[in-house]
Amino acid sequence: MSSSTSCHPERHPGRRPGWRRGISPALSLSVGCLILTAAAFSAAEPPTLSIAAASDLRFAMPELAARFEQRTGSKLNVSYGSSGNFFAQIQSGAPFDLFFSADSDYPRQLASAGLADSATLYDYAVGRLVLWVPADSPVDVVHRGWNSLLDPAIRKIAIANPRHAPYGRAAAAALKSAGIYERVESKLVYGENISQTAQFVQSGNAQAALLAYSLAVSPALQSAGKYWEVPATAHPPLLQAAIVLQSSPRKALAKSFLEFLKSPEGQAILRRNGFTSPAASAPPRGKP
Amino acid sequence: MNLAPLFLSLRLAAIVSLLLVAVSLPLAAWLAFGRWRGRFLLEAVFALPLVLPPTILGFYLLVAMGPRSPLGALWQSLFGHGLAFSFEGLVLASLLYSLPFAVQPLVSAFRGVDPKLLSASFVLGASPLRTFRRVVLPLSYSGLVTALVLTFAHTLGEFGVVLMVGGNLPGVTRTVSIAIYDSVQAFDYAEANRLALTLLAICFTALSVIYAVNRRVWSPWSSR
Repeated sequence: MSSSTSCHPERHPGRRPGWRRGISPALSLSVGCLILTAAAFSAAEPPTLSIAAASDLRFAMPELAARFEQRTGSKLNVSYGSSGNFFAQIQSGAPFDLFFSADSDYPRQLASAGLADSATLYDYAVGRLVLWVPADSPVDVVHRGWNSLLDPAIRKIAIANPRHAPYGRAAAAALKSAGIYERVESKLVYGENISQTAQFVQSGNAQAALLAYSLAVSPALQSAGKYWEVPATAHPPLLQAAIVLQSSPRKALAKSFLEFLKSPEGQAILRRNGFTSPAASAPPRGKP
Repeated sequence: MNLAPLFLSLRLAAIVSLLLVAVSLPLAAWLAFGRWRGRFLLEAVFALPLVLPPTILGFYLLVAMGPRSPLGALWQSLFGHGLAFSFEGLVLASLLYSLPFAVQPLVSAFRGVDPKLLSASFVLGASPLRTFRRVVLPLSYSGLVTALVLTFAHTLGEFGVVLMVGGNLPGVTRTVSIAIYDSVQAFDYAEANRLALTLLAICFTALSVIYAVNRRVWSPWSSR
């Protein structure tokens, strides 16, 4: 028990000087936190592509990504959302490498604003709209088509928000061209994007929905419902396009992912998940 | 500026804060003065919405409101329409979501009441209810105001749960936070700005009120 070496008066002689006693645990705690943070940031990773993808790709994209990762040893981080939302985020500098939009207008606008590389623009699919009801619905949607929406058993119809989601715009346009928009308008509820729209009807809260064909044939929805395919002439074409962003530091890798998409293997995955290629979309399909 | 979403939010917030305080008064009294030893478990349950992301509540509410759940089926048979995409659905969601903001201030206010005053009241022959009404409540005035204002403001700013169960119906479930989000999504930044600034002003005023009230009550010159 030595006496105090500090010039400050101390309550507990024999311990370290008071100011140090208080500061050093705090200091080591904060240094520790900083080291942990640095470690968290610097975790070594393989080359990673960040992809912004329209929600209708939620089932096709993981399959595409898995195959591409297997081939190249790179890693794909995919964010799903509404195309309009991503368009705004990219304009504000969101650090994506690739943008898959359900409306080809957005990538085109990004290209003309110099935010994306117009040479990489690739129209990967034409989206199709289906009228979807749960499997236990009393409404025979397959044979009655638009008329099924007028059935009193259909109290709420979910569509994506026409203000910013391409499938919502197509849904509203199709209802108008079928001449029933005014009659069903009071039944409409708006999903934030096309997959939330699907949740509304899959959970039974809405009794019908206008969904992307790619979602209707997805594992989650295929056995849960029945659908009628909306004629492609009922709405302006849902041309979907991908583009490499100008700010991407990994343009070569991003381009090679687009090349993979164009390859027979990539095309087969897209077809299997309900995406029609723009060239093949001309002949109308029969009912499923 | 389209003010309908703002009025809808104000109406929702007013209904929810009044209902919640009414529900929370007995609940908080029991949590503060009750004798059951497992009380802390329920206290934790009531605080859950504070820490859980709104998406959890939104997800389970969407399922619970659907016709395949007992609640959804009951509501459907009683009122003839689903609970999701309705104003009543939003009220229910907000009640759960804002519950801790009513319960916590009340519990801490009740616990802050000097037990000697309670004993004195009992010794003088007052019933527990009368003691609560005449001793505890007047001394918990600031907690009551805090609970009211906090639930009001919190419901006004609610977003995630409404996004998940609301369906964005104008005049029914398009609250001000959804309308702002919607305007931003549609690149109508001017409208988003107007709504956002109005909401900001309202929330600032609400918080100023609560701090002003608390300052007077807790200041060293007050008669406590």
